[in-house]
Amino acid sequence: MPSFLAAVLVAAASTITASAADLVFTNAQIIPIEGAEIERGFVAVTDGRIEAVGSGGFSGAADQTIDCAGKVIMPGLVDTHSHIGGIGGADGSGPIQPGVRVRDSINVRDAGFRRALAGGLTSINIMPGSGHLSSGQTVYVKLRHDTSAPGFGVRTIDDITYYDEDGEPMGGLKMANGTNPQRDNGGPFPGTRGRAAFLVRSKFIEARAYQAKLDAAVNEDGSVDASKLPDRDLDLEALAEVMRGERTVHHHTHRHDDIITVLRLAKEFGFRVVLHHVSDGWLVADEIAEAGAEVSAIMIDSPGGKHEAVGVRFDTPGILERAGVRTVVHTDDWITDSRIFLRSAALAIRGGMTRRGALESVTLAGAEMLDIDDRVGTLTPSKDADLIVLSGDPFSVYTVVEQTYVEGNLAFDRADEGDRLSALGGYGAATDSEPYFCCYNELMTTGRVGGVQMRGTGSAGSGN
Amino acid sequence: MNKAEHRNLCRSVGGMLRAVVGAALCVASAASAQVAVKAGTLHTMEGEPITDALVLIGEGGQIDYVGKASERAIPEGYTTHECAVATPGLVDVRSTLGFTGLYNVDADQDQLDDSARLQPGLRAIDAYNPRDRLIGYSRSFGVTTVHTGHGPGELISGQTMIAKTRGDTVEDAAFVPAKAVAATLGPRAHKGGGKSPGSRAKAMEMLRAELLKAQAHGAKIARAESDPETEGPSRDLAMESLVSVLNRETPLIIAADRAQDIANAMRLADEFGFTLWLESAAESYLLADQLKERGTPVLLHPTMARSWGERASLSYNTAKVLKDAGVPFAIESGYEGYVPKVRVVLFEAAAAAGYGELGFGDALAAVTIEAAKILGVDGRVGSIAVGKDGDIAMYNADPFEYTTHCVGVLIEGDHFAGEREFDIGYP
Repeated sequence: MPSFLAAVLVAAASTITASAADLVFTNAQIIPIEGAEIERGFVAVTDGRIEAVGSGGFSGAADQTIDCAGKVIMPGLVDTHSHIGGIGGADGSGPIQPGVRVRDSINVRDAGFRRALAGGLTSINIMPGSGHLSSGQTVYVKLRHDTSAPGFGVRTIDDITYYDEDGEPMGGLKMANGTNPQRDNGGPFPGTRGRAAFLVRSKFIEARAYQAKLDAAVNEDGSVDASKLPDRDLDLEALAEVMRGERTVHHHTHRHDDIITVLRLAKEFGFRVVLHHVSDGWLVADEIAEAGAEVSAIMIDSPGGKHEAVGVRFDTPGILERAGVRTVVHTDDWITDSRIFLRSAALAIRGGMTRRGALESVTLAGAEMLDIDDRVGTLTPSKDADLIVLSGDPFSVYTVVEQTYVEGNLAFDRADEGDRLSALGGYGAATDSEPYFCCYNELMTTGRVGGVQMRGTGSAGSGN
Repeated sequence: MNKAEHRNLCRSVGGMLRAVVGAALCVASAASAQVAVKAGTLHTMEGEPITDALVLIGEGGQIDYVGKASERAIPEGYTTHECAVATPGLVDVRSTLGFTGLYNVDADQDQLDDSARLQPGLRAIDAYNPRDRLIGYSRSFGVTTVHTGHGPGELISGQTMIAKTRGDTVEDAAFVPAKAVAATLGPRAHKGGGKSPGSRAKAMEMLRAELLKAQAHGAKIARAESDPETEGPSRDLAMESLVSVLNRETPLIIAADRAQDIANAMRLADEFGFTLWLESAAESYLLADQLKERGTPVLLHPTMARSWGERASLSYNTAKVLKDAGVPFAIESGYEGYVPKVRVVLFEAAAAAGYGELGFGDALAAVTIEAAKILGVDGRVGSIAVGKDGDIAMYNADPFEYTTHCVGVLIEGDHFAGEREFDIGYP
């Protein structure tokens, strides 16, 4: 349906009482993200979309009304960095594998999805790991679960993938620098930062030549001369998309000098980059701002644990916000737990971020980074009806996500016995597949990370 | 200025001048150790919270007044700290702080020697690094007492100690230099490649054999003590440590997560009669009634521990289940092999209080008085009462709220920076 027609219909629905809303949440405190917080108001949903948001009571008719007195409603949360779904991206054969798609590895029945919904997450960038300079393409998913459908209505990855206007699955490209992708005597893997950057630059230069061949195959009238096209190369295709601005680089990076290296490469090859984790981001905030890069930061309860993360601070998002950098927080699930994702944003406030910035950091700003903000991230009429019902203020430790709705369907309900098990954990709630996650698995099974022996952890098989 | 700094300054001043001037400076400085804390709400853990409260800490660093501010004037010469909320300094019931350093490299990891399966002779005081920066980091959130030492990972990995989160040497920090012996059941302690233990049953056999050996060693010592004609056994540090366990002078902490491993730990305790403390205990909710009956304390895994491997079935709700069942428990920071390198019990208790539905009071008790009771140091720490150490954590709001700040910490009256002022340094 053309979007202008949809708009007309939505407008009509709101004035004609005969076409009732499917679902209305009333008497809630509403944090729409777009616009001011509403002390007591309603959200009306029709056909999986938000029909209206307002203060006071809802005057129209509704098939179902949910009284949310004392509750807080805000958009479903957007996580820009997660590893749920038992993922596995690039393998050990080489350090740069942009042709690999994480989408081809995901178990949609993994318990991690239920836990994510328990935390209020509805849109997620699922990424391969950081053990490679590029471990492959990420995938943007919508947790389109419906508690009333068998298997929650999700059968394959296609059911939860975001598609763009051309019907192509949406996602970025995972890249990493610093110690995770480095190996001692690692064969094709770099052993130093200098070699890591050399390998990345070499590959991008190769991709630039590939792009030039693609360009040369286009005739003056815009048609393509197939005889001039190069043989398809999946790695180079992905990098060419990155350089054409069609695919965002999601770049794992911790130390201040590694962050600057990413900015240098982004400038040389002209790609859009979201800097992920950025332990030392607080040291180079102005440089990040000047480069126009975006940031997806991690909130870790203490510094250290790995050498390049000794600079981790709760202060980073606030410092970046004040420097003018668009900044979000992420779960990096299972480094932090999706079920308490709001905690990360609250810790950003503890470290100096504004409440406004923290609210956007788990909703709109993340949606913008994933180019899905036309559909999610705010409670705005015509956007998808992805919302969460909270027991109180989103940033209180005593608040829990009571319900999660995705496109108007109830996707999680803490009052349900099974969902409560997912939310709290216990027998039957465990993940049924463990992701390949550099370097946590590696550390726990071999006691080594990136070729470095972590003494005394060799037999720690439990993640204790 | 903390006590150690004060002492060092006095030493250096005395050394330089060797004169009355130095002595006078030290006297004046010592007098300033008298401290008053005014708190909007004081959680003493000795009863209901006190509003508009006052705590006075005398020269010796002990508390000598707790009550309403309106009922007692602050004596002259006292340094006064004001805060919205004060609690006892937090007590971390089980940690590897000071053994598992910030960088997670060979040079700063001493929680586990993996050259042998049974090493009860390893003392904690010989490995504690009082200058590891994560100690100050933990303190800046309110942690003042920590039960720390050798971690899980081998059948018996070594001993533990109890320290204040201060001091330049272990002698300054430790106030119980040897507390318990740490053991592990379950796959964490298993070896591959044909080495033992390779199974649960083998692990139990090895532990039983070692404890039987210690029984024999203890019997020889007892004979020699009662009969001067009999020569005692030759010194054996490992055996002496286990004899202490068998004599119930030293608890045996067994880290066990699966219910079957917890059951094994209880069976072992029944056979040898030692004092059992369960650590981590992810599935303890399945055996809460048995633990209650035995009075076995649980040093419960961090609330936000990752659920995988042996802990796959852990629950945020376990603390609440143990509380409701009447099992003595406290929440540990435990051991982390990766990030975060140290967990902070303030955060772990907060997660139990809120997401885990334990509630504020029981969660705070799990990192103060209940932890102190399990550790047997509640005569000194864990609550705010006259005669106890002047260890106090100060906050600008509910300590568990994510957006609250710890604004200062007192250890025996000496002031340390809260989280916003504490500088861990870089790198």
